[in-house]
Amino acid sequence: MSILIDEKKTVLVQGITGREGRTRASLMKEYGTDIVAGVTPGKGGQEIIGLPVYDTVLEASEACGKFDISVLFIPAPLVRSAALEAIEAGVKLLVIVPDRVPIYDVLEIARSAKKHKVKFVGPNTLGVLSPGKAVLGMIGGRADSARSWFFPGPVGITSRSGGITSSMAYYLAQEGIGATTLVHVGGDVVVGLPHPEVVKLFEKDPETKAIVMFGEIGGSQEERVADLVESGELTKPIIAFIGGKAAKSGTRFSHAGAIVEGNRGTYEGKVKRLQEVGATVVDAFGDLPHATKSVLMKHGIEL
Amino acid sequence: MARLHEHQGKNLLAGEKIGIPRGKAARTSSEARKIAEELGGEVVVKGQAWVTGRASRGLIQFADTPEAAAAAASAILGDEIGGFLIDTVLIEEKLNVKQEFYAGVIIDDIAQAPRIIFSSKGGSGVEQIASEYPDAIAQTLVDIQVGFPDYCARDLVRQVGIQGKVQLAMGLLLSRLYTVARNSDARAAEINPVALTEEGKLIAADCRITVDDYAVFRQPGLKIDVAREFDRPPTELERIAWEIEKSDYRGTFYFIQMEQDFKKGDKVIGFHGAGGGGSMMSMDAILNKGYKLANFVDTSGNPPASKVYRAARVILAQGPIDGYFSSGSGVASQEQFHSARGLAKAFLEVPLNVPAVIRLGGNAEDRAIAIMEQVNEALPVPIEAYGKDDSPDFCSTRLDDLLKIFLPIEDTAPPVEKPQPEEPYQFETVSGGTVLFDHAACRKCDTHICIDTCVPEILSLKDNLPVLNISAEDARKGGCIECLACQVECYFGGNQGGYVELPIPGLE
Repeated sequence: MSILIDEKKTVLVQGITGREGRTRASLMKEYGTDIVAGVTPGKGGQEIIGLPVYDTVLEASEACGKFDISVLFIPAPLVRSAALEAIEAGVKLLVIVPDRVPIYDVLEIARSAKKHKVKFVGPNTLGVLSPGKAVLGMIGGRADSARSWFFPGPVGITSRSGGITSSMAYYLAQEGIGATTLVHVGGDVVVGLPHPEVVKLFEKDPETKAIVMFGEIGGSQEERVADLVESGELTKPIIAFIGGKAAKSGTRFSHAGAIVEGNRGTYEGKVKRLQEVGATVVDAFGDLPHATKSVLMKHGIEL
Repeated sequence: MARLHEHQGKNLLAGEKIGIPRGKAARTSSEARKIAEELGGEVVVKGQAWVTGRASRGLIQFADTPEAAAAAASAILGDEIGGFLIDTVLIEEKLNVKQEFYAGVIIDDIAQAPRIIFSSKGGSGVEQIASEYPDAIAQTLVDIQVGFPDYCARDLVRQVGIQGKVQLAMGLLLSRLYTVARNSDARAAEINPVALTEEGKLIAADCRITVDDYAVFRQPGLKIDVAREFDRPPTELERIAWEIEKSDYRGTFYFIQMEQDFKKGDKVIGFHGAGGGGSMMSMDAILNKGYKLANFVDTSGNPPASKVYRAARVILAQGPIDGYFSSGSGVASQEQFHSARGLAKAFLEVPLNVPAVIRLGGNAEDRAIAIMEQVNEALPVPIEAYGKDDSPDFCSTRLDDLLKIFLPIEDTAPPVEKPQPEEPYQFETVSGGTVLFDHAACRKCDTHICIDTCVPEILSLKDNLPVLNISAEDARKGGCIECLACQVECYFGGNQGGYVELPIPGLE
């Protein structure tokens, strides 16, 4: 079934007339995403890759019907306004691709999303992809690459690093293991759907039989996933790798979210916590495909 | 996070009518004397540094005369703490403290909201207070759409026994502290301690504010120099790297130096990662082979070739590295020939004089690897390129193998330099660069490879010479994406008539 995105969801692209928006809209459309329209204030009336462009999200929904999802390709300082606009116009899922969105803007988006029962992925996300169905954002880069790299299967993939989302799915695919959905949670400290929220969605998805998680130092997302296993809310097997082992406490290695603060968020802490609740944690990234295969076989899950 | 000094934070507090001690910042001991005279009475001289425990380090001293204040300032100014030079002291009136509290606003990433933390016991670190006096702490989350009015603040402090006039004053203080945090885009804003004086006033005795890096662009009043958190002052190269990043929002370029003052043969490698997760793993791969990294770099988020080029130039401007290792997530969505061209331009220009292993997996990796192979042919040092089916460990092993047999070369290749064209044709680019053709050379070119390889397709042949098919204005505004094909592809497959000049302020 996949989570968040499939070929039936209607999609809007905000910022479609910009270079990123236009290229990625092309990628998404070619891969099978049902993009219905685009919005760029001031550019209403144009047409991009055969899609109508409107000045506001409300105008676009009045013309085309309500959108399930909006993908944002907008400069960071303008994201807040565009996201609030989409939420208030009735869009139920936002995928916020841009990097460097100020944290208070994200908090405002989160507040409005909560109020309107809207979910959002990101900011600073490469996107979400359901193999064989559709993609949001720019995972894969090109439709033909995405088609050759990923195929459908029983594993849900959730990652805090963008490039790694594709890598994990690719290397698993090379091992014969397909995926239901690939999710790049986003590199920032405050994100709409952190790991614990994504795994809850995978838990509810009948086609996802196991979850592969790329975690990182900093924050407590991975510890909270362990909490879900402990409480019984998460029953599907998890295979995880935690990046950033070499980072010292206090040093920041570029990822907005990957900063080690005091006790919380250390590599050792995350590994221990996950292992405590029975999750498989691999030492080396390259071990993920093999470890995943073992877990799937152990649980009698077919590839 | 960009940190503010105590005196800067206190100015922000004062702007919102939160009481601060009377006082002023000084940069010399004579300024300190003057301020102490103006204040009269006993003063405290506080070194402005981003460290805890200033008192025990001698960075906070009391002075009962202006001369003593000058002497204390003298002793503290010029002190080095954790690599930071103290160039400012804050001279303040000495407070008659009756009681101390803690007040802080931090961003709670799990709750996705600001959190107010108050303690009726202040003075030491909030974690310590929390463990020793759990009943003395009151906390609440803030609904960002509503803010934190003073009546909410009063109900909060009431929970830990604060009543009467102090409750009223503390309510106003906390509410205003939230306003300060919100208006300055603070990741955290803390007052520890909030001092209740014998005279019955609430005064912010100390102040720590860290500002969200991503909001620095809209906080010009804070005059934040480098919106990066360092545990030491930025180096020259880090400043240069920040300047590149500051003015170009396409993709990211993060650079920190890790080793300085190293010699050839110290096994120090120039590191160029791409993508946060991939970079960290690639870093592990090279560290596991027993090498040290001169630096950490991450260029990711679809950087243009020009940014990858500038990053490589910064990496190569460090001391005598023994090798160059570049690796990312391995299965990149962005076409890898952008990175390849950026690296190629840097390697040809510096020129590279040590072995390099580049892992460029992902979209268009075959083309990217082919470009690196061309650079390998052109330089007397080995450059190997790999794709997504080669692991970071395999690549770091390759570099290790190359370094074991590599003998430092005497004669490097002549560096590729900016040409002096006979028939110049040029236009400017968005990051202050210039695309420069020598039409005299182009006239004799029989491939015109620049036309087909120009990624945004902005070049066309006119009278058999490459010219823009958009206006120079549009090219400068971003129509030219600085893909560097017109230089790199031309260098290998054309008549070497194309060149892209990309200034890097501070790097000569």
